[in-house]
Amino acid sequence: MANVNLTDVKKVYAGGVEAIKGVSLSIGDGEFCVLVGPSGCGKSTLLRMIAGLETTTAGKIDIGGQVVNEIEPAKRDIAMVFQNYALYPHMSVYNNMAYGLRNRGMSEAEIKTRVGEAAQILEIGSFLDRKPRQLSGGQRQRVAMGRAIVRHPKVFLFDEPLSNLDAKLRIAMRVEIRKLQRRLKTTSIYVTHDQLEAMTLADILVVMNGGRVEQIGKPIELYRKPLTTFVASFIGAPPMNLFPVERVAKAGLNGLPGNAGIVGVRPEDLVLGVGSANSGGLGLDLTVDAIERIGAETFVYGSNGDTGEVMVRVPGDDAPALGATVHAAAVRGKLHVFTGDGRTRIEL
Amino acid sequence: MVENRSFGDVLAYAILSLAVLIIAFPVWLAFVASTHEAATVMNGNMPLTPGGHLWENYTRVLTSGTTQSSEPVGRMLTNSLISAVGIAVGKIFISILSAYAVVYFRFPFRKTAFWIIFMTLMLPVEVRIYPTYKVVADLKLLDTYTGIILPLIASATGTLLFRQFFMTVPDELLEASKIDGAGPFRFFKDTLLPLSTTTIAALFVIQFIYGWNQYLWPLLITTQDSMQTVVIGIRKMLTSTDTKAEWQLAMATAVLAMLPPVAIVVFMQRLFVRGLVETEK
Repeated sequence: MANVNLTDVKKVYAGGVEAIKGVSLSIGDGEFCVLVGPSGCGKSTLLRMIAGLETTTAGKIDIGGQVVNEIEPAKRDIAMVFQNYALYPHMSVYNNMAYGLRNRGMSEAEIKTRVGEAAQILEIGSFLDRKPRQLSGGQRQRVAMGRAIVRHPKVFLFDEPLSNLDAKLRIAMRVEIRKLQRRLKTTSIYVTHDQLEAMTLADILVVMNGGRVEQIGKPIELYRKPLTTFVASFIGAPPMNLFPVERVAKAGLNGLPGNAGIVGVRPEDLVLGVGSANSGGLGLDLTVDAIERIGAETFVYGSNGDTGEVMVRVPGDDAPALGATVHAAAVRGKLHVFTGDGRTRIEL
Repeated sequence: MVENRSFGDVLAYAILSLAVLIIAFPVWLAFVASTHEAATVMNGNMPLTPGGHLWENYTRVLTSGTTQSSEPVGRMLTNSLISAVGIAVGKIFISILSAYAVVYFRFPFRKTAFWIIFMTLMLPVEVRIYPTYKVVADLKLLDTYTGIILPLIASATGTLLFRQFFMTVPDELLEASKIDGAGPFRFFKDTLLPLSTTTIAALFVIQFIYGWNQYLWPLLITTQDSMQTVVIGIRKMLTSTDTKAEWQLAMATAVLAMLPPVAIVVFMQRLFVRGLVETEK
C-alpha cells in the first residue's frame, strides 16, 4: 500500500537518445494507473524505471514516501508481471512463486501459507507441482500474477501482461485483473498499447506520446474532453474524425473562435439522415464508400471533396446503400475543437 | 506411394547397415585379436571368431601389464580417467564462468576479453607446446595430474558454446530474478545453471573424449610409467625393438580403453535427451 510520485523524471540513454522527457505523475494509494501510448512512446521504459530495471537520469521516483532512485529493484518492494511471464522454466509453479520469498529468508511455513492463499485466489491450486511448459498461456499468466501477489508488495507493475493471450482470454483476464486489484487494494501501474484495456482498467489513465505525458485523468474524462488531437485520436475506438477547420467551413459550422484550427467529431456522435437543424453544429453531405457490419453496430465510411474520409457509427445493422449520398450531422456540444497544431483544446 | 516409401526405407537401412559394418569391423577384429594367443594373431591368418584366451589376456593386462610396459593397464585406465574427468570438469567450470562474465557483466574491455578468448581457438596445445612445457616444468608439475590437466582446461570452444546459449536466455528471467531478490551469484546458481544442464552434458561428452584421447601432451610431461595414460600405454606396447609385439595384449588394452568413452556417451545421452525434453527457455 503506497503512493507513487514521479517528479520530472527523465531518461537519457548513453547514445543521447531522450526516451523520457520529463514526466510528473502522482498515483494515490490503491489506485490503478494505466500508462497507454503507441509503441516507442516510453511507457515501458517509465515502468522499468519505477521497477529499478532502468536507471533514472534525472528527477525523483518516490514509492510510499521513500525516494527509490538509487535503490535496487528487490528492495523497492514492488512486484512485476512481465509480458512473456518470465517464469523460471526449470522450477515448479510452487517454486516459481516461492523463490522470491525464499530469497528474502522467509520461513517455509509462511511461504506455504502465502502460496496457498495466492493459489486459491487465482485458482491455480491444482497445478502447483507442474512446470511452466505444461501450462497454457492463460495459466502461465495466472502463475506470473501469483508470483507477484505472494510478495504482498507496495506496488504491482504490469508490463503488457495480456498481449500474448488470445482475444477471448484477454477480455476474461482483464476483468480478473481488475477484480483482483480491487480486492487486494494494491497500488498498480499497468502498461498497455491497447486503448480498450486502458479504458476499462484504469482509475487514472496516462496517455503518453514521444516520451511525454499528453494527458492524465479519469478514462471517461479523457474520452469526453481530450486535451490534444493525439489523445482524441488515441482514446476511443473507432478513432475520432479530425478535420482542418477550413475544410468544414461550408458544413454549417459557425461562430468558432479565431484560433480554432482542427475540428473533431467521434463516429458515434454523427447521426445519419438528420438535417443540420441545430445551430452551429456540423452537417456533412457524404457519399458512402464502404460499410462494415459487425452486428451490434455498423461503421459507415463516407467522403466528400472537402473532408476526406469520415467514419460514422450507426447502431444495429441498418446502413445506407453503397454509393448513396447521406447527410451526417453532429450537435455543437459534441464537437471537439483544437488549435491548428493540435496541442491545445478550445472549449466552445 | 506406400511401396515407394518402403523401398526407400529398405535402401536407407541397407546403406546404414553397411556403414555400421564398415565401422564396426575393425572394432570386432580388435576384440577377436584380444581373445587369441600371441602365435595365432602373429601367423598372418587371424581367425574372425573369438578364441579361448579372453580371460587370460584380460587378467594379464589388468594386473601385471605386458613385457614392454610393466605397468598394469588398470593403473593406466585410472590415470586416463582422472585426467579426462579433470579436463572435462575443469573446462566446463572455467568456460561457464567466463561466458557468464562476458554475457552478463558490463566491464571495460568486455568485447576485447571475448575476442582474446576467441583467438585462443587458433592456438592448440601443439602450437604452444614449448612455452607450456617450460611453465609446467618450472612449476614442478611434471609427472603430476595437475600438470596433465591444467594446461588443457582453458577452452574457447566451451566459452563460445555457453555464450551462445546464455544469449538465448530471455533478459526477463534476469530481471525477474533481480526483482525476486536474487543477486548475480544466485541468478547463476538457481536459474542459469539448471537451464544449462543440456549444454553442460554435451560439453562434458565432447571434452571427456578429448581428454581421454590426449596423446602428445601426456607423453611429453609424464616420465614415470606409473603416470602413463592408457593411450600412451597402447603405443608403448607396440614399440618393441628386440621382442615380438604382444598384439593380443595390446588389443585387449585397446578394447578396455574404448569402454569408458562408450559408457560416457551412452550414459550422458540419456541425460542429454532428458535435458532436452525437460528444459525450455
